[in-house]
This record gives sequence, structure tokens and C-alpha cells, in this order.
Amino acid sequence: MEQTEALKLVHLNDVHVALGAKMVPFAGYSMPVLYTNLIQEHIGVRTGVGVFDVSHMGEFVVKGERATEFLQYVTSNDVSVLVDGKVQYSCLPNDKGGIVDDLLVYRWNENEYYLVVNASNIEKDWNWLQQNNTFGVEMENISEGLSLFAVQGPKAIDTLKKLTDLDLDSMEYYSFKSGTIAGIGDVLISSTGYTGAGGFEVYVWNKDAEAMWKAIFEAGAEFNIMPVGLGARDTLRTEMGYCLYGNDIDDSTSPIEAGLGWITKFNKEFINSEFHQKIKENGPTRKLVGFEMIDRGIPRQHYEIMDAAGNIIGEVTSGTQSPTLSKGIGMGYITKEYTKVGSEVYINIRNKYLKAVVTKMPFLK
Amino acid sequence: MNFPAELRYTKEHEWVKLEGDIAIVGITDFAQSELGDIVYVEIETAGQTLAQDEIFGSVEAVKTVSDLFLPIAGEILEVNEALVNAPELVNSDPYGEGWMIKMKVANIADVEALMDTDTYKEHVGH
Repeated sequence: MEQTEALKLVHLNDVHVALGAKMVPFAGYSMPVLYTNLIQEHIGVRTGVGVFDVSHMGEFVVKGERATEFLQYVTSNDVSVLVDGKVQYSCLPNDKGGIVDDLLVYRWNENEYYLVVNASNIEKDWNWLQQNNTFGVEMENISEGLSLFAVQGPKAIDTLKKLTDLDLDSMEYYSFKSGTIAGIGDVLISSTGYTGAGGFEVYVWNKDAEAMWKAIFEAGAEFNIMPVGLGARDTLRTEMGYCLYGNDIDDSTSPIEAGLGWITKFNKEFINSEFHQKIKENGPTRKLVGFEMIDRGIPRQHYEIMDAAGNIIGEVTSGTQSPTLSKGIGMGYITKEYTKVGSEVYINIRNKYLKAVVTKMPFLK
Repeated sequence: MNFPAELRYTKEHEWVKLEGDIAIVGITDFAQSELGDIVYVEIETAGQTLAQDEIFGSVEAVKTVSDLFLPIAGEILEVNEALVNAPELVNSDPYGEGWMIKMKVANIADVEALMDTDTYKEHVGH
């Protein structure tokens, strides 16, 4: 049980355990994967409001006169279009054609940004950014001190409005504000999330985390607010076709292959940008696509994707039964000949070749 | 969690109910609870004679898939067809309408050798 002992705990670990959560190791943390029932939690977020404790995520502060220039160089998206109070989805390309991590970039002002990165990559990202910091920016890793609650679903806004004078109605998608929520100051709130259900993410210092969690649940009681585990977080993001680092993108995948061309801007130079521009110009030989099962079956990570003749043409990177659509959905890299929407492919599900069709994402229209 | 006294259990979380030389087999309350919402039950071994611990099918939940292991040797006589369209019966009624197969038992003593309720409860920590 050596591994278990080494697991980190989120600040509200005891709260989750008391709620009866099933805790599992994830990205070096002991995390709530399920509280009651995955489908109920999934539907709860799609129709009402649910709260995820995603305090395992990493947060870095980047400060300095050349902060914008630095981020232009290390991230793939165009940081120059960000204004104060806006958030941008982006990735950190490596120098070998792949991706170090995907992340959110928050612009506080032109000399100060916050980066939100995957828990499993905190150390790798930190080292990579330090290594490429030839711009004299100052960096601080504030991950350990911060809790992060994703309040997601159509009732998230009504829940949080009860707790703050901040004008949440006027917040555009992918923007943020800082202020007081539930009487707790120095909180950052952004209209972001990983579910496609709408809602907000609330960054709060650990000392205030329990009070914030309780206040959110009290405010949301009238909307049947529920805690939601990582299990439903995964089915929710898969229905939207959102990439998960480690599954759909990794150190060896180009953002162009991954369908992340929209966050890969060639109007500026960034790490290895020439390589990705060539892939874009020549067309990638494989692409990450979504598919829905026609035959009954659930695709899962690492299952083979075949053509009608039984030749391997790709591999599933994410897959699940969709609780909303009640059918198997998945994503995977497929050789370019089969990536057109409507192409019939076969998934090798425990040695049965079951029919699927390449589908435009998000799966949930 | 419910573990009826008249059943026998395996470490792979199947239950066995003996009626003469016919055994009814399903998965336990503990197993269905660990799996979560069951989406598919796939058993295509009807008519086959299999050894103890051989895989006779699979059960698939939203997040996981598990093989089903035959608790005792014998011939699989019947598969619960209701599970094709209503696999959730395994969640709602694991010892009743969620049964999986009926089988002709090769050796009755094999059933006696399985875990009783108390031993199984200990096995799953209840």
C-alpha cells in the first residue's frame, strides 16, 4: 500500500469522506470519483447544478514586464487577443511535436497572468516553463494553497448569485472576476468548466474552502444541488468531445492532429510552431475524431479501431456509455482516409468488431 | 447490503442458488454496487458445458467492464433474456429478476464448497 500512503489529499478530503464518496487515486491525489450514482450525478449537472472539488488542479502565477511575450512563446494560442478579465484555452507545445499540457490562461493585466494546469502535470509544466523562461518573468506555484470548486449546470448561476454582489449575469463565457462570495474575500470566479452544462469555477484559499463549500450547498439546496465525482466529470466532458490530457492528447500528439487547430495560432512564433504549421499545411496523417456506436457496445481507451476489412486504422483514446444519449460514444486517432463525418468504422470490443460511425463533436448537440 | 442466507457465494462476487441439480447464478449486491449503473449484460454461452472459473460472459457498467466467472462446473441451460433490454434489473434486484443464468450442476459438492453468507460478508468487509 505504499502508493496509497503517498497520495496527496485535497483540503476538504474529510468532507468528501463524510459524504460517503468513493475515493480513488487520481493524478497523485485521493479524489472523489463517485458520491451516490454516476448517472444521477451526470443528469444532475445537465439539468440542475452539481459541484466538483477539483482542488487537485495546479495554479501558477506569471508576472513581469515580459509576461505576455513569454506566454506567446510557450503557449500555442494567441495571448495578445486576451484582455484583462478574460480566459483562454491553450496548450504548451513541447519541442518534440507533442503537448506538455493543456491549460487555461487567465489575464489579470498585461504583466500578470494565472495559469491553470492539470494536476498530473504540475511538476512537469513547472520545470518546462522554468526552462523556457528566458524572459525574466517571475513565477509562483500556488497550487497547494488553493481549492477549486467547479459549480456546473443550468442552476449554477442562480445558486451563486445568492452569494455575491458580483454581476454574474453579465459575465461572458471564459471571463473572470475577483471579489467577495459568501462573505469570503479574495475569491476568483470564472465562467469556465469542463462539462458543457454552463456554470462557474470558484478559486478559494484553503483556509476559506470549507466555509465556501457549505455556503454553495446551502444556496443550492432549493435546486437540489449535489456533489459530483470524477466519474461523471469524465462522462460529461466526453459528451462534449473535450480532450483529456493523458488520454486524447499527450507528449506525442500535435494539437493539429487533436483538432485543436483553433487554439494553435501561427500569426506568432511559439515553441516548435514551424513543425505544427507544416502538419497543418500538409494535412495530418491521423486525426482525433469522435464516433458513436451503431452496434450495441461501449468503446474504451486503447481499443483498436478497424476498417471493414479488419485492418487497424486507429485507437480509442476516450470512450464511455453516454448517459444523455444512452449509447456508446468515443474519441480516437484514425488515419485520415476514415476521418470524414459519416465514415463507418469498427471498434474491436473484446474481439468483436462492432460498427460505429464518425460523428461531429460535441456529441451533445 | 443484502446477502441472503440461502445462497452460496464466490470470491468473484457471484451468487449461486441450488434447486435440485439446477443452479441459478447472478452477481451479488456488493458487485452491482461496485460496478454502478449496468448497461450491458452479455452472455453467449447458453448450451455450453464449462469448467469452474471459466468466463461465461461479461457485465458492462458506464465506467467498467467485468468478466463473469462460472462459480461451478456444468452446462449452461438458460440465459436471462430480460437483461438484454433491462440490464438495470441487475442493479435493482440482483438476487431476483437480475439473475443471469440457469445451469445444470456437474457436481453438487462444488456448490457446498463455495462461501456461505458469513464468509462472503467477511470477504467483502461487511
